[in-house]
Order: sequence, then C-alpha cells, then structure tokens
Amino acid sequence: MALLEIENLSVAFATSGGTFRAVDKLSLSVQSNDILAIVGESGSGKSVAMMAVMGLLPWTAKVTADKLNFNGIDLLNLNARMRKKVIGKDIAMIFQEPMSSLNPCFTVGFQLAEALRVHLGMNRAERRKRSIELLELVGIPAPEKRLSAFPHQLSGGMSQRVMIAMAISCNPKLLIADEPTTALDVTIQAQILDLLVSLQSETDMGLVLITHDMGVVAETADRVVVQYAGQKAEEQPVKKLFAEPHHPYTSALLAALPERATSQILPSIPGVVPGQFDRPKGCLFSPRCAYATDLCRTVEPKRAEAALGHALCHYPLVDGEPTKNQKVS
Amino acid sequence: MSDIVLRARDLKKHYSVGGGLLKPSNTVKALDGVSFDLERNKTLAVVGESGCGKSTLARLVTMIEEPTDGSLQIKDTELAGASVEARKALRPKVQIVFQNPYGSLNPRQQIGDALTEPLSMNTDLPKAEKRDRAKDMMAAVGLRPEHYDRYPHMFSGGQRQRIAIARALMLDPEILVLDEPVSALDVSIQAQVLNVLSELQEKLNLAYLFISHDLSVVKHIADDVMVMYLGKPVEKASRDELFSEPRHPYTRALLSATPIPDPTREKNREVLKGELPSPINPPSGCTFHPRCPKVFEPCADKVPLLEGSNNRKVACHLYTE
Repeated sequence: MALLEIENLSVAFATSGGTFRAVDKLSLSVQSNDILAIVGESGSGKSVAMMAVMGLLPWTAKVTADKLNFNGIDLLNLNARMRKKVIGKDIAMIFQEPMSSLNPCFTVGFQLAEALRVHLGMNRAERRKRSIELLELVGIPAPEKRLSAFPHQLSGGMSQRVMIAMAISCNPKLLIADEPTTALDVTIQAQILDLLVSLQSETDMGLVLITHDMGVVAETADRVVVQYAGQKAEEQPVKKLFAEPHHPYTSALLAALPERATSQILPSIPGVVPGQFDRPKGCLFSPRCAYATDLCRTVEPKRAEAALGHALCHYPLVDGEPTKNQKVS
Repeated sequence: MSDIVLRARDLKKHYSVGGGLLKPSNTVKALDGVSFDLERNKTLAVVGESGCGKSTLARLVTMIEEPTDGSLQIKDTELAGASVEARKALRPKVQIVFQNPYGSLNPRQQIGDALTEPLSMNTDLPKAEKRDRAKDMMAAVGLRPEHYDRYPHMFSGGQRQRIAIARALMLDPEILVLDEPVSALDVSIQAQVLNVLSELQEKLNLAYLFISHDLSVVKHIADDVMVMYLGKPVEKASRDELFSEPRHPYTRALLSATPIPDPTREKNREVLKGELPSPINPPSGCTFHPRCPKVFEPCADKVPLLEGSNNRKVACHLYTE
C-alpha cells in the first residue's frame, strides 16, 4: 500500500474576483523509501497541494479530492483531534524560509522539545537527551550549547538544520520538504541535500521534495512530478524524464536551462504562467506551446498512458516529435 | 581608444560596526583588495556566497559608496579625489540593475515616468523626445508600447526585470552592473531575460559586471570570472579555463556543490564542511583554510597572494613554490 495516495486533489480559493483553482485534479502517490520531487514554476500550485495534505490551508481554501489517504487514514474527513495525532508526528514538513519558520522568542531547545512533549509524552530529561541526539544527527556542532541558543544567533544553514531536526524528531513516515534549500548558498545547499537524502535512506521514510531547481531534482529524486498551473503535466522516473520528456512544457523547461544550452541565445518559453484571470481554454499550456494546434486551444487534453509519462497533452512528444494522443479519439 | 572602460586596483571597503561609549568598534572588511579591468562588450562575472562582498563591490563601482582605499578609474578618470562635477559626469556611464524587480520599481510610478525620470534629471530634452526614447528602449528590451502608461503591479517578474534593465539603459551607459539580475526569476523567464541581456550587449557595446551566485548562469553569460571569498578574490580566469580546470579548492567546491540537471552523471561531491566565517573576525592566513579540504602548513599563517599570468590568477599556497 502506498504511504500517501492522492487522487484528483483540487484546491480552490475564494477570492474577491471569484474562485481561483490553485490545484487542479492532482493525483500522485508516495511509497515509503521513495523520493518524489514536485517541480514547477512559481504559481504552479506545488506548495498549496502539500499544504492541503498537511491541513495548513486557510478557511478560504476549498479542498476536494476523490482520495487523500495517508497510511490508510483518510485525511479529508479527519477531525481536529485525530489530525493533531498524525500531523507533525507521522507527516512532517520543512519550509522554505528557515529564518522565519522558527519562533524568534523561544530557544531552539524549547521549540525542539515541544514536539517531543506533545507527541511522544517524554519527560524533561528524556526530551533534553533526545534533543541533543537530534541536533547531533543533523550535524550541528556543540549541540548542548545550541539548545539554549535563540534563532537569531543561528545562520541560515543552521536554522534549516534545526528545522530538519524538529521535523524528524518523532520519526515521521513521510517528510515534505518545501524548497528546503532555496534560501541557502550552494555549498550549504549541498550539505542540506546530502543530509536529507541520508536521513531518508536510514529511516525508510517517504520524502516529497518541492523545488523549482532541475539540478536539485536530478541529483536527489527517484521520481518527478512536473506541475504547471495547478495541473500535473507529467510524471516519470528521474532518469527517463531528463532523457525523454513527453510533455512539451517539460521539454521546453529543460531546454531553457543554461547548462543544456548549445548557443548563446537560450531557447526560452514565451509568455508567463496563466493566472486567475487569463486561464486559457483547452490545454493550459497551449498559449506558450510551440506545438499547439486548434485542438489544443479548444479542448482540454486527456492524460496519456504511463509509457508517455502520463503527459497531460494532446500530442505528447515521442523522440522530440509530437504524436497524437491515442486516448483522445 | 582602449577597450578598458573601468579599472579597479586594490579596492577596499571597510565598515566599522558595533562599538559604543565604552566599547571599541570592530572593523568589517567587506571588500579587501580587489583588482580587475572591465572591457567593452565583455562580461566579468563575480561569483561567491552571501557575505563575500559581491554587492559591496557593486556599490563601489556605481559610486553609491566610496572605497576606503584603492583606485577606481572609470573611462580613464580617477575617482579618488575627483571633483563633484567630474563624478557627476561619470555617473550616467555606470548603471545598475538590482536583484529584486518587485522592490526596485516604485509602485506608484507609471512605467513611462520611471523610464523618463533619468532623462529629466540629467538632460534637458523636450518631453516628446524623452517619450520617444523611452518607447524605443521599451521595444529594445521586448516590452510593448502600450505598457508605457501602466503601473509595476501589472507586470510579471520577468517583465519588471526588463523594465529595470530599460531604465538602467536610458542614459546610454557604458557599464552595466547586474546584481543577481535573474536569481528571483523562474527558469523559463530567466532564459528570456538572459537573452535580452545578450542581445543588448551586442547592440550597445556594453561592459557587464555580472554578480551572481549561480554558476550555471555565469557559465552561460560570462567571458571572465572572478571568484570571491570573504572580501577577497581567490581565483580569476576566463570562463572556459575556470569551468574546465578550476584551481582554487574553493572554486572546486563551489563547482561540485552546484547541482547539475543530469541524473545519469556520477555523483562525487566535495561537500565543504562548516560555514562562511564571520567577516568581523576572519581566520588567520588564508581565510579559507578552516574549511579547505587541501589545507597544509603555510595556510594558517601566511596570506596567499593572487598570483599567476595575466588572465589566470589564483590565491592559494598550493600553486606557489
């Protein structure tokens, strides 16, 4: 059984300009001992989808899904008390901004121990011992001293390590990391990614890595979900995705990377991600797609089979050439 | 006329911080001896982690701040001791594009006004002429003429960065300082902005000082690269040499830490231990030695000098006899 199963998850926000669909029929699953990367540009709904799993969305958000199961528990119809037992214990999340995710008024030790007290009911001495253990595990030097440090006394990399220590404090089965290294320097980013991957393989937890950096994806993930404007554009194992992207968006995204460029002028994607008021008809990528036809501009595409990376496209790419999606006719 | 438009020699910027009535203040050596030349139609990239003095360098070059020590020549005019008029005449020649296009545009100013303001301040062109120039520049960076009357909130990040570039180019500068111009943008938009920058350089013969922490972008756009660590350059080389044969251990670590979008590539990362030390109290000798994987005896005591042939310099004891 999959650890996390999501089927047709939609999140709509009630805004003054009408409802806005941030996530549109997203389906994915995560096994234990699996690293899934969710890639997409800003505004593609990758964070919102995972916030919905965590139940962290504000009341203006309307979450609907055919299935939102974690380890056999239905997260959609969970009451608040039951949710408290799962969230933060079995599912933990790391956020993008380590500096602003820690409470500046409390020491690192207090914030670490809080989860241990609430979820595991440890006493004071046990909490202290475990906190030191955790800080050691994430590679913080002199952990006894750091327990009484306040967040402003830590650097960005250190704060992110504390966040990771906090997230893994109750041995979660699933860890969601939302752009964990975006705010950090490259050398620190390499340290944090190595730490996450080694923790993941030691404890057999599932790891969901939300990122916009294709380099990070290539170096850490097993499977990749590409999101575009709230929809899943494509899903493939990492090596296959980079070798043969089937959705034109994935293909264009990879081509736009400076590392893959062959000429001085980069093959860029014209236009921008559609927002609330300029959502196109038919395929959401059609206004920016090099292969779009009239069919793409009018009819919503259907999902192609697994061999074509579940590409949400009328003409998934095969060997770089668009081919007719069999499921349409 | 020489192609060198800017010459910096041993530039230093020290700030004094802390201190109080009875407490002596500390000196932060944000920039501690940087030399380089900037040539017409060439891009010099400055690479380093946060706190290495990249942005301080940008502030000195654009004359926002004055260097503590060292010489800065723009178009053969020495800035130290230059008259107010001479400085004023040089200011239009050096322009800057900032990192965050959401913060660098006035939200209450129409794009047209933002673009014509530099002209109003520095020239006495008639209104119609200013308007025409702004529209020409908008076309050059890929904005449509109807954007002239719009406000910044109506634009996406990529478009705003184009506006910021257009604004910087309004006074026909010869040097453009780009302080992390694409790091706030998504990949697909980043490619658009990089293309605009390449085209403009070709067309207007600009010299770019490109400040970035993203080595993949630098590899794409730079001609020469200077790697900095704690206010000092540790390696200077042409782009091809630096990426094919990095010499300084820090450059190597930076290169190996940069994630490469190729899952089939063999992973053998040299992960640096520790973090950037505080510039208030930098380590003795080579400032990189506490984190360096190749540290040996002279490193902790002797400061390595930036040595080598003209275009290939490295500051490391490994390469001195």
